[in-house]
Amino acid sequence: MARAFRPSILTANDLLDGDVVYLARDGAWTRRSAEARLFEDEDEANRSLAAAESQEDAVVGPYLAAAVPGGQLGPEPVHIREALRATGPTNYCHGKQTGR
Amino acid sequence: MYRYDGFDREFVHARVAQFRQQVERRIKGSLTEEEFKPLRLMNGLYLQLHAYMLRVAIPYGTLQSRQMRQLAYIAERWDKGYGHFTTRQNIQFNWPRLKDVPDILDALADVEMHAIQTSGNCVRNVTADHFAGAADDEIADPRPTAELLRQWSTDHPEFAFLPRKFKIAVSGSPIDRAVTRAHDIGLRMIRNVVGEPGYEVCVGGGLGRTPMIGSVIRDFLPEADLLPYIESILQVYNAIGRRDNIYKARIKITVSEHGIEAFRESVEQRFRIQRETFAGEHQALLARIGAMFAAPVWIEAPTGAFDAALARDPVFRSFVDTNLHPHRNPDYAIVTISLKAHGATPGDATAEQMRVIAGLAERYGHDEIRISHEQNCILPHVHKRDVPAVHAALREAGLATANVGLASDIIACPGMDYCNLATARSIPIAQDIATRMKERGDERHIGDLKIKISGCINACGHHHVGHIGILGLDRAGVENYQITLGGDGTETAALGERAGPGFAADDVVPAVERLIDTYLELRSDDDEAFLATYRRVGMRPFKAALYPDTAAAAGR
Repeated sequence: MARAFRPSILTANDLLDGDVVYLARDGAWTRRSAEARLFEDEDEANRSLAAAESQEDAVVGPYLAAAVPGGQLGPEPVHIREALRATGPTNYCHGKQTGR
Repeated sequence: MYRYDGFDREFVHARVAQFRQQVERRIKGSLTEEEFKPLRLMNGLYLQLHAYMLRVAIPYGTLQSRQMRQLAYIAERWDKGYGHFTTRQNIQFNWPRLKDVPDILDALADVEMHAIQTSGNCVRNVTADHFAGAADDEIADPRPTAELLRQWSTDHPEFAFLPRKFKIAVSGSPIDRAVTRAHDIGLRMIRNVVGEPGYEVCVGGGLGRTPMIGSVIRDFLPEADLLPYIESILQVYNAIGRRDNIYKARIKITVSEHGIEAFRESVEQRFRIQRETFAGEHQALLARIGAMFAAPVWIEAPTGAFDAALARDPVFRSFVDTNLHPHRNPDYAIVTISLKAHGATPGDATAEQMRVIAGLAERYGHDEIRISHEQNCILPHVHKRDVPAVHAALREAGLATANVGLASDIIACPGMDYCNLATARSIPIAQDIATRMKERGDERHIGDLKIKISGCINACGHHHVGHIGILGLDRAGVENYQITLGGDGTETAALGERAGPGFAADDVVPAVERLIDTYLELRSDDDEAFLATYRRVGMRPFKAALYPDTAAAAGR
């Protein structure tokens, strides 16, 4: 049985530097999960995923990740793995943490 | 030390030139990711959680100072100023940009290094005892064998698409420091009753999802038969190894499904044919390689400075206690540089630290450096008179942590802080345990204890062979850690036994402390190590310590 759809953000890695990117509300790719668009509708999410999959020259491995509305901070990923992707590694202030 | 010949040099540079074009085509959009992925993996380039990761081979864990300096340069120029040494004698750079990778590979090729065979279903970087050529207990240096296997396996057309990856380790000593029993093929160099050199060949070991200790397939293989015999093993595996299920594709499954006797019979049958096809050139090659690994010219000098420092300086004494191992030349010592400062990331070295190590190797260590599967760095040949100077320089660089073999000398994979496959973080657990051990201040009193942490079932952190093994899993989106006890990666290899239900991240350190305290209560005397006590008393008291509530309930 297919799993029930949960509200999701669309995420991938940037082709050139591998950084985590999210599909933003304006349809562009953003590095900040706070700016990610939260898909509440499954069909719309799948359509955007299919579109992202054809953007081979920009991003690698797009997929939908469950998230909840996070108020002012924007959508918050549900899974610990996605939380780590959104913030960067624990052991050093590297990756996304440095840019904030 | 092995030096590239014209063929090696040309091969490695040609490979980089090829990859440079492939990267350009990927960036321009004429290669899809599906097309590009196998090409980048063949060159050690992974895409991890936050960035690309480049895995560079350090064949048999041996480096010279110029190579270490080049790694430092790469870390600074194209990465974030550090590198991560892994449990397979590789170094990983965690933050390279795609377009820079060909330049990095060129910089590596300039110092006879590469990222070939660090990914994919081929024979991977061949690993060896990190004390090779130095240990006092060694029968023979395993590195010429490892180098011969490297040359034989690189781009071997028949073995480019094996059912699954294939890992070979070689030890030249009866003391197994290379975890040979947990490899697809483990080779132990031995001599037969009349003193001829050969190998005990183990097959079908491995950790991961289905951990197994390898079985002896040949108890004595004459040295000259090595390549035809290994080739026969790979041919049989290539033919009958499963390709229908990735989780059943490793040779350990092939061996266990067919049984070691039937597998051995197939290999021997193949070997009878295969041996005839080898004319002997490989033995001439082995001899040429062997000559390059000749021992350095030992310095003859008094060791009084060492003895004086030992008598005078308690900090030096404690460093000597844990970080020095006996050398084949009694005037020398093997010095292990711990990359496990309490609270630091296991296996990480900054560019500056790499340069310090390179400088020390050059000045005091016959220009040799080793990387261990335990994620430490080694100066294999230091004259004892120079050890005080080496120690002083290490202290200055923050590299003199005296904890080798102790509870804080933890193996940890990158875990979910970096790795795409991970189900939980490993590094923070290692950091917390080590920090706590420093607070307790009794790790020296505790003695030999190997804690190994993996962030997923694939077991890069070797948790199955840790005296205390910790496996991080994902339980409904939350990290959870299972503990195994009694694992052993040495010549007395054993797989750890799972103690019971897992622990939340915050409960791991207290759980480990309960294990340690139980051990301290139970050990027969200070010389009985954790593993020995565990083997004597079994799981029960440790289980009771881990799960006091359950134990109390059972007692009622």
